[in-house]
Amino acid sequence: MKTIYIITIAIAAIVIIAGGAIAYIFIAQSNSPNSQATVKLNGAGATFPYPLLNAMIANYTTQVETNVQINYQSIGSGGGISALKSKTVDFAASDAPLTASDMASAPNTLHIPETIGAVTIAYNLPGIPSGLHLTGKIIADIFQGTITTWNDSAIQSLNTNRTLPEKTITTIHRSDGSGTTFIFTGYLSLSSQQWNSAVGQGKSVAWPGGIGSNGNTGVASTVNGTQYAIGYVELAYALQNGMTVAAIQNPTGNWIEPSLASTQSAVQSGAASGLPAGDASWVNVSLLNTLDANAYPIVSFTYLLAYKELNVIPQMTRERATTLVQFLWYVVHDGQQLAPSLAYAQLPSNVVQIDEATIRSITFNGQNLPTS
Amino acid sequence: MKKLTGDNLFRILAASIAASAVFILIVTAYTLTTGSSLVLQRFGTNFLFGSNWNPVEGREAFGALPYVLGTLVTSGIALLIGVPLSLGIAIFLVEMAPKFLRVPIGYLVELLAAVPSVIYGLWGLFVFRYWILDYVEIPLSNYLGWIPIFSGTPFGLDIFTAGIILAIMIIPTVASISKEVIGAVPNSIREGAYSIGATKWEVIRHWVLSYGRSGIFGAVILGLGRAVGETMAVSMLIGNATGPAAIPTSLFRPSQTMASLIANGFLEATGPLEKSAYFGVGLILLLVSLLINAAAQVMVTRVLKVKGGAVEQ
Repeated sequence: MKTIYIITIAIAAIVIIAGGAIAYIFIAQSNSPNSQATVKLNGAGATFPYPLLNAMIANYTTQVETNVQINYQSIGSGGGISALKSKTVDFAASDAPLTASDMASAPNTLHIPETIGAVTIAYNLPGIPSGLHLTGKIIADIFQGTITTWNDSAIQSLNTNRTLPEKTITTIHRSDGSGTTFIFTGYLSLSSQQWNSAVGQGKSVAWPGGIGSNGNTGVASTVNGTQYAIGYVELAYALQNGMTVAAIQNPTGNWIEPSLASTQSAVQSGAASGLPAGDASWVNVSLLNTLDANAYPIVSFTYLLAYKELNVIPQMTRERATTLVQFLWYVVHDGQQLAPSLAYAQLPSNVVQIDEATIRSITFNGQNLPTS
Repeated sequence: MKKLTGDNLFRILAASIAASAVFILIVTAYTLTTGSSLVLQRFGTNFLFGSNWNPVEGREAFGALPYVLGTLVTSGIALLIGVPLSLGIAIFLVEMAPKFLRVPIGYLVELLAAVPSVIYGLWGLFVFRYWILDYVEIPLSNYLGWIPIFSGTPFGLDIFTAGIILAIMIIPTVASISKEVIGAVPNSIREGAYSIGATKWEVIRHWVLSYGRSGIFGAVILGLGRAVGETMAVSMLIGNATGPAAIPTSLFRPSQTMASLIANGFLEATGPLEKSAYFGVGLILLLVSLLINAAAQVMVTRVLKVKGGAVEQ
């Protein structure tokens, strides 16, 4: 009997002590001298721009505005969009623009292109360096299983200066849903009628075959570790890891290797032909196959998403709204300087101008907010 | 009114903690059922028996059969390879190992259980798959490629590699429990067997294993439970095919398990139907796990009834 009393008392004591400790931590936190001065922003979304966003956030909160804390969780574009819809974050990041149904459930969302994604075609062919010539149609046929060997006449005839091996091609794709796959399958749908009707475009699609690997890292390591394999990885990742990548034929007939410069050319010429306003739908924006002679053909924007009228977010204050606007302003201006060192392409000036107008249009309780 | 004694208080406390286990299971099942209602309404039994998996908007098709098969096949391979090895380890440690080896080896085997699955996955992806590819899969495919289960071009990222990694992962669980079970077999049984002239092999086979078989069976089921639910390592090694390409027709083909499918797709699922499909796969996975455990319970009680001696454990 006594031991039971002791056990009960001990459990009660543990509960009380733990509860007290937790309460103390909360009180201590809210009383700490920093907390009054610190403005906190929350964001969530795409994993692709995460390294760049992370560097921008670190730079902004340590060099520019030291009393700001920004927390960005790279939970994926889909997760970011649902967090924005449920208004649990102040901004989101997505590799694909909002669809019509997304726009309906998150009205007045602004699209702010913040950096550029490009998809490289990486391969593992012993003795053959970067620059193998491929077209969108051929890539689609390879991933669809219509072209099965490297020395297929379709590939060999474009690469007369190289002897391609008589080996079966192993295709590697992303097993996780990803913006990279969205861009890549969009390009294949544009290049091949068969692909468009049989598979189509999506963050993940019904792959006709091949091996799926998780993330850019997974695809890269599988391509590197599997002879005669072909896969697709994000430009930043391919550049940082020195992968062997194909030169793709663009609509002007030139063979273009993926690089920061050829990506930027694509965006510049894509944006020159007109972009929608920040509060319009961006679904039809495409940077694929732009008509610049030096443009790499598999390119796409990635976006930051924020509400045009910030008072829809609970707990939004004028102070936090101002901080958000100033951070967005930083992202499209000074923050862009961090891009090249991380192997991301900088936004060309015509896109920055559109972003400026979009960010200026953000309001809190109907009032405009200072951008600096 | 009953007096609230310490005894009663303790009883309530213990009962509520025990009830929380039931509660968690019910809440999980409820969430998975409501989450998957959309896909079940739309596809019905085709969701269970279909093999297409297409999340592209406007072309949605979701069928979970390849992943159910993938889960069963990889877990089956894991048991096929892992259980004999585990029993070998357990028998060696209890019956044969010299004293100075018994403790350190037993400790090392249990330490294997503490290695996080992602470590097995990474090691498998960067090291082990090349060994398997060069020394097992390519020779097998060259000489026995005409047998359907060895057909296809081996890559090292397939059902076979995933199954072997799972086998390695279940060994510590199965081996350490079997060791305890075999160790608990009374010495009088062994002495009796020796006294009628049985050899060591006969003693182990006819008396020790037979005496401890319900315990060993329980160990195998625990191992199977780990293999069925394992996500990270499998997803890194199985090749993650989807749709009809994922149906496990050959050991050297990429496939996918239910757990790895969810881990791969759930995060970026677009639209309510695709999300619902992952909930549905989760529901099937839960049901499969419950079925395995229920079957195990039934078999263990059967064994207990038939084999009176085992009850004494």
